[in-house]
Amino acid sequence: MRKLAAMLVFLAAVSPCLALTPDEQLKDPGLEKRARAVSAQLRCLVCQNQSIDDSEAPLARDLRTLVREQITAGKTDAQVLDYIVDRYGQFVLLKPRLEPETLILWGTPFAVLLIAGAAMIVRRGRGEAAPERPLTDDEKRALERALQ
Amino acid sequence: MNSIAEIGHFALILAVGVALYQFAVPLMGAQRGDVAAMRAGISAALLQFVLIAISFAALTHAYVISDFSVLNVVENSHSAKPLLYRISGVWGNHEGSMLLWVLILALYGAAVAVFGGNLPLELRARVLAIQGSVGFAFLLFIVLASNPFIRVDPPPIEGNGLNPILQDPALAFHPPFLYAGYVGLSIAFAFAVAALIEGRVDAAWARWVRPWTLVAWMFLTVGIAMGSWWAYYELGWGGWWFWDPVENASFMPWLVATALIHSAIVVEKRNALKIWTVLLSILAFSLSLMGAFLVRSGVLTSVHAFAVDPQRGAFILMILCVFIGGSLSLFAWRAPQLKAGGLFAPVSREGSLVVNNLLLCVACLAVFVGTLYPLALETLTGEKISVGAPYFDLTFGPIILPLLLLVPFGAFLGWKRGDVGLALKRLWLALALALLVGVIVLALNVRGPWLAPVGMAIAAWLVFGAIADVAAKTGLFKAPLATSWQRLAGLPRSALGTAVAHAGLGILVAGVIAISLWRIEVIVALKPGETAAVGKYAVTFQGEGPLTGPNYTGRTGAFLLKQGDRELATLHSEKRIFKPSGMPTTEVGLYQTWHGDVYVVMGDETTGGARAMRMYYNPLVNFIWFGAAVMFLGGLLSISDRRYRVGAPRRAAGMQAAPAE
Repeated sequence: MRKLAAMLVFLAAVSPCLALTPDEQLKDPGLEKRARAVSAQLRCLVCQNQSIDDSEAPLARDLRTLVREQITAGKTDAQVLDYIVDRYGQFVLLKPRLEPETLILWGTPFAVLLIAGAAMIVRRGRGEAAPERPLTDDEKRALERALQ
Repeated sequence: MNSIAEIGHFALILAVGVALYQFAVPLMGAQRGDVAAMRAGISAALLQFVLIAISFAALTHAYVISDFSVLNVVENSHSAKPLLYRISGVWGNHEGSMLLWVLILALYGAAVAVFGGNLPLELRARVLAIQGSVGFAFLLFIVLASNPFIRVDPPPIEGNGLNPILQDPALAFHPPFLYAGYVGLSIAFAFAVAALIEGRVDAAWARWVRPWTLVAWMFLTVGIAMGSWWAYYELGWGGWWFWDPVENASFMPWLVATALIHSAIVVEKRNALKIWTVLLSILAFSLSLMGAFLVRSGVLTSVHAFAVDPQRGAFILMILCVFIGGSLSLFAWRAPQLKAGGLFAPVSREGSLVVNNLLLCVACLAVFVGTLYPLALETLTGEKISVGAPYFDLTFGPIILPLLLLVPFGAFLGWKRGDVGLALKRLWLALALALLVGVIVLALNVRGPWLAPVGMAIAAWLVFGAIADVAAKTGLFKAPLATSWQRLAGLPRSALGTAVAHAGLGILVAGVIAISLWRIEVIVALKPGETAAVGKYAVTFQGEGPLTGPNYTGRTGAFLLKQGDRELATLHSEKRIFKPSGMPTTEVGLYQTWHGDVYVVMGDETTGGARAMRMYYNPLVNFIWFGAAVMFLGGLLSISDRRYRVGAPRRAAGMQAAPAE
């Protein structure tokens, strides 16, 4: 990990280019807009949690160029993403695809929400609660103190 | 060689012993009913605080005078650094930040010792004992594995300097706030464990826990807001929240603490949700500890992970297992003995608070899964995936949205049995105004995304709902204004605090929606004298010059900002190269107005003598931090409520006003 960090500093120091630069952008605003939307879903492989648009690493620049080449070549957004995933693997996607191994990732929050919500509704529908226990002397005194 | 660092080191080692004493003696005293032993916890907590404060002061002294015989100072400071960053450098590294962590922990312990006069002796003894045990674990970790007082001989002439990204006022002071939040949750944790040992949770318990949790929540709110503000103007991407694992690590305890301050109300008012509230107290602090582990162990690398050291990671993981595992086991064993509270109708104040808790906890779960799943998957199968902002937008978003819709309703439902019709009758004006806002946005934002009108309507609904809440309670527009004013003054502060905090949430939501959907971005190459349009503004690149700071050099670019023919300001964006490391950073040129910021970043030279520029108009972006500040204010109002002060026995009456500061 330390090596990786050193490498990152090195890369940033050697080529401190700004994230997305003007000369990379496509002339056609419609295509450029699509390129930006696709880029937002791709991560810079050598950075922490940055999309390739925000990253200064040369590798991110290569990916940005690749996305634009593919879009200019007339591919759909999905085809461009497929192309990039084929070359760089699932790791490049900031939004993991719904697949058997990501089922837990996507499903857990909603499953828990459903189960807990259902459990609450079922519990509410049945029975009386236990009658409340009378206060002990200690608690009465504490209550009196608190209310003074 | 300066001997002050040695005094600090010695005080730190003494503090380990005192913490152990603070853990063992009051705990046994409480089991045996030994009053003297129970009281011992009070002086131990105060002594522990004094010792750690001496230790912390000694380390700060070493930083201020640049004592390069201390290894920690060599590694993280530089004599050319401004005084402010020499001081913040104390916690801008692994060892020092852990020392700050235990300092704040001890401060909370001392606060319970001093202001806890209204607690039953046994409860206070147990709370202090649990605090002592947490302190002991972390002090031991510092002394054995992460000691900031290690010397180096012979001392070097100069230090290595602090990571330049960390040399910024907002960043310099956000860790103390965040830690005050994280560590503040240890008090709720200590109360929960003490309650499990005693086998009793009641309304009084909730009343004692709630102010401490509120304090922690307020500090967390400020700490997270400061961190996000820093990310906004220092990282130079114009973003304000990145769903970075480290951000998530601070956001998860915040979500659970928010749930906790709401569920504690139900315990206090209705004597229900007791077991759940105890569990939340444990979870909130567990998530804090987990955040410390994730950030400090190097499992997640980022600017926050100062030292990547597996031995330290293993030590913190052990602490984590002991406290989280231990408290959850205790919970499993003792919780069934806590009597469940009364039943309540689904449509009632407490019913709405249960829904609040459910949604907040599931939202926290989404963040949790998104943050840790990639780690788990890689460990189990070796497969690497990334989970970024799009995942959180799709999971956290839909879970939190209904919660925002329900907030104003909840405040209008009565305890025990609420009446939707009545609530709607009182809220119809707020609802109508919110819908109106939605319709206006829809009309102005013809081809924009559907979220724009919905989000803005929800933001307006939160704000108007909060106003309606206060209006209903003071009879505004119905009674004469003077009467309303009198009623406002007489309103319990906590009721006012609730309304203010909810309004702050609405303001924050408006900012989030606006910047997510309507930001204007211009990426363009400019030569000196050329102009680019950013929304209704015109930005002219005037030229650049050299830059020399105390510990950096670089280039500064000047930009003239105009709207129509009116000159508004000259903005400066800088590219700095820091001396010891040669690391580059960017300073953003910022023009702030209430309705948004113009944000200019100077990039690198491109072909033909031009520079690449990134410019933004960020609409309503300051609403985010203003909203957070309003939420903080709400917490402050709530904590000043009379009911947290009354009930203190007479002898303590002259000592303090509020239970926690």
